[in-house]
Amino acid sequence: MSAASPEPAASCVGTRPTEDRPAALLDIRELTVEFRQGRRTPPLRAVDGVSLSVAPGETLGLVGESGSGKSTIGRAVLGLTPVRSGTIRFEDADITRATAKVRRELSARLQVVFQDPYSSLNPARTIGSTLAEPLLVQGRLTGRQSADRVAEMLGRVGLPPDTADRYPAQFSGGQRQRIAIARALMPGPRLVICDEPVSALDLSVQAQVMNLLAELQEALQLSYLFVAHDLPVVRHLSHRILVLYRGQVMETGPAEALYARPVHPYTRMLIAAVPEPDPGTQRSRRAARRGGPLSAGPLSAGPPSAGTAAVTDRGCAFAARCVHALDICRHDRPLLLPVGAPDRSGPVTRSAACHRASELLAQP
Amino acid sequence: MTDASVATRAAVPARGSLVRGLLRRRGAVLSLGWLLLLTLATVAAPLVTAHGPLDQDLNSVLTGPTGAHLLGTDTLGRDLLSRLLFGGRSTLLAVAEAVVVFLAIGVTAGLASGYLGGRLDWLITRTADLVFALPGIVIILVVLAVFPGNLHAAMVTFGVIGSPGLIRILRAQTLRVREELYVAAARVAGLTRPQILRRHILPRLTSTVIVQAALFAAIVVTIQAGLGFLGLGAPAPAPSWGGLVADASQVIDRDPWMLLPAGLPLVVTVVALGVLGDAVRDAAVEAWAPPVPAPARRPRRPMPTAAGVTTREPDPQALLSVIGLTVEIGGTPVVQDVSFDIRLGETLGVVGESGCGKSVTSLGILGLVPGRGRISAGHVLFQGSDLTASPTTLARVRGSGIAYVSQEPMVALDPTFTVGRQLAEAVARHSGCGRKAARVRAVDLLARVNLPDPAAVAARHPHQLSGGMAQRAAIALALAGEPRLLIADEPTTALDVTVQAEILGLLRSLQTETGMAVLLITHDWGVVADLCDRAVVMYAGQVVEQADVAALFSRPLHPYTAGLLAANPHAAVPGEPLPTIPGTVPPPGAWPDGCRFAARCALATDACAAPVPLTEPEPDRTTRCVHVDRLVQEGTSR
Repeated sequence: MSAASPEPAASCVGTRPTEDRPAALLDIRELTVEFRQGRRTPPLRAVDGVSLSVAPGETLGLVGESGSGKSTIGRAVLGLTPVRSGTIRFEDADITRATAKVRRELSARLQVVFQDPYSSLNPARTIGSTLAEPLLVQGRLTGRQSADRVAEMLGRVGLPPDTADRYPAQFSGGQRQRIAIARALMPGPRLVICDEPVSALDLSVQAQVMNLLAELQEALQLSYLFVAHDLPVVRHLSHRILVLYRGQVMETGPAEALYARPVHPYTRMLIAAVPEPDPGTQRSRRAARRGGPLSAGPLSAGPPSAGTAAVTDRGCAFAARCVHALDICRHDRPLLLPVGAPDRSGPVTRSAACHRASELLAQP
Repeated sequence: MTDASVATRAAVPARGSLVRGLLRRRGAVLSLGWLLLLTLATVAAPLVTAHGPLDQDLNSVLTGPTGAHLLGTDTLGRDLLSRLLFGGRSTLLAVAEAVVVFLAIGVTAGLASGYLGGRLDWLITRTADLVFALPGIVIILVVLAVFPGNLHAAMVTFGVIGSPGLIRILRAQTLRVREELYVAAARVAGLTRPQILRRHILPRLTSTVIVQAALFAAIVVTIQAGLGFLGLGAPAPAPSWGGLVADASQVIDRDPWMLLPAGLPLVVTVVALGVLGDAVRDAAVEAWAPPVPAPARRPRRPMPTAAGVTTREPDPQALLSVIGLTVEIGGTPVVQDVSFDIRLGETLGVVGESGCGKSVTSLGILGLVPGRGRISAGHVLFQGSDLTASPTTLARVRGSGIAYVSQEPMVALDPTFTVGRQLAEAVARHSGCGRKAARVRAVDLLARVNLPDPAAVAARHPHQLSGGMAQRAAIALALAGEPRLLIADEPTTALDVTVQAEILGLLRSLQTETGMAVLLITHDWGVVADLCDRAVVMYAGQVVEQADVAALFSRPLHPYTAGLLAANPHAAVPGEPLPTIPGTVPPPGAWPDGCRFAARCALATDACAAPVPLTEPEPDRTTRCVHVDRLVQEGTSR
């Protein structure tokens, strides 16, 4: 649980020494990932100086819209995308640019579940063969032992043992996602990167798979880095949430607190945009924002600023869409700083990258 | 879990059944038989025929088939069967040599180029291009000039010259397979590069390799025969298939029979290779290819509910009345006996999971049922006229009466024309106004869907728009004919949540302005709550509940509606498991006669085994559940 980490989950390097942090399972510092876009155009910065950590047994949810870099962070941790700068530490070892040999060794403790249950299983291989794959690397098991392990894992994710002899085409999306989860758990990992694992599933099946993920976490003491765009899903499964916009961290904090009282204007906008499954609530929400933008009205204290200055690269990434933006937001990129005061329950666990965070926190 | 669908079990073939799969195909058996016979006969040629290929018998020249010479003799009295079989040896050897070289170079270079990429890829593709540019026949003639009569050298060269085609094809396929998520998963699992290539990439390429190899082998047979025909193959007295054809062509006026034994084996071999290649490919993927949906096992009895509530008179004030709509695809019903009404200015939501028939229903209204589907029963009344009755009524209504917006906006827009031009075309089509007026109206429409700088957007091509802008443009296109009803099939599913909120707001304001009706297909309860006045819940091709949205959310009267509402993570209690519905939606063709939800329902009893009619427990509400009284009680006591 997040209670295990007494410090803000993600903070900028320099604002806080790293030595006195508890041993995190995954610790990312100032991660930057860029993609080339041809010779003329400058590279696209998909992840821009992101720091985060995941404690043992904890779920950290990464949310944001498409293009926020949330999936890229997961891929960088897995070594599927080259890192421009920054460090990724797993179990206290630097794996930022791990060699193929180190990655092979890591695969037993660091695993992944992808979004698309159709592309993530090889259609030409039986389920048994796919599940036994991670064991090939360890290479110490006999055929019999690995078949037993496959059967045990299938039972664990709620599939009949004869699943092993069949091909992916014979299963529905939900069943395939169970199989993908089983494959990830085969080598007994400590951290599983879940890249939109339930987005492609129907509501009733989505709930089944979400429960399975929660159950397995408890039983096997797993940590999840849970990447998703669906806020209610992330809230339900995560202990802490990290909100990303254009590759930068906007806000982070314990899931319930962040969802109940979002500080950053972007988080507020995201939460307000999710339609509530309650016609009454939706009607009043619509009335509240009629003609206005997607969040509560602008802070009255702010000087009029809209459109006075163009947003520069050095400014806040969200300034152009923000109703509270001041001139300073367009010139100075806000640091990710703790918000709120420490109270009896412990030190501050929330941070936001916003010049007006304290004003916004005070706003009802 | 019991949700492993039983219906698909029968389609599982035994593993390692490639040979058995081949033996089930008649073409494959015939081709295989011919090639096997040919190989055996040529290898064991001395046992098949008593005559040597060079034995001359000038007393029996051009005899035609006789007891002593089964296929006859040539101009020097040599036995044709013997020459055919001994000549076949060099043909088969040539095929083997060329194909081995072709595969060795093609597969290795194609895989390496596609999977490793980088400089190696550049080097391989450039070299392949260079070889492509060389005139193959000329090269072979040069090789034969340097090594006269050396067919081995010619065939190895031919294998090299043929390989760039295979390299190109395999490189493209490898590039595609490499991006599949299961390859990423294998990398995360720690598999080495050779392991990934062997386990995940190569198996996906096998069918292509087999077909290409068979085609190439067929070409080699003809090329080898061609060289023999020109006398460039084995030196004169030695037998070859090409040489036989050449001999036959010289005596065609005296003995046309000789063409038959000389030419027929050549043709049959080429055809057999092609047929075998196709058969092996089909058999190789058969084990894992998705099961073909089985046609309906038996004709379904007409639904007993047909005479019940659903045939009640349609609402006379309704804009659109769907009455007992049944749609079949490939003989299997996918939507059964669906009825609902929409009035002007109203928004009706159609909710359900995938496979419940939501989209097929909406396409059925427009007469656009996909594939081999057809409307097998029911009527669609739009402003009083029956759309299922004649294609002309339908054509008149499409676009101007009823418009359609799909989940994927890019599908609605033609990538080759600017947005403005497409809009203007639609406007001109519906209003019949001039080009200039249509242009002006197109920009108006873009302004109406709140696109900033509509004139600039009109000048752009669809790929230059973001997902949200494209969906706005698609809505503008739908509005071009000033429809009275807009069918929106998951219009916001592919969009970010903030963009979704904007599009939903847009649909609402457009509806207020124009007074049109909206039929909204969605799986998202939040979208239903936001936009809809009434909702129809569908399950396994049937309507299971229909109600006013407020009533539906607060007091669902069907266990499926209740379960689906509860499974929504919005309502989740932190730290507790979500309420779920066990199992999955049964596919069309596997629907039970009774309640289709019974297998997943906590309330199910024996009474659910009989077909359940729609009932009207309260005014303006219908539900398809035998336990409705219990649900009504629970709802009021809550």
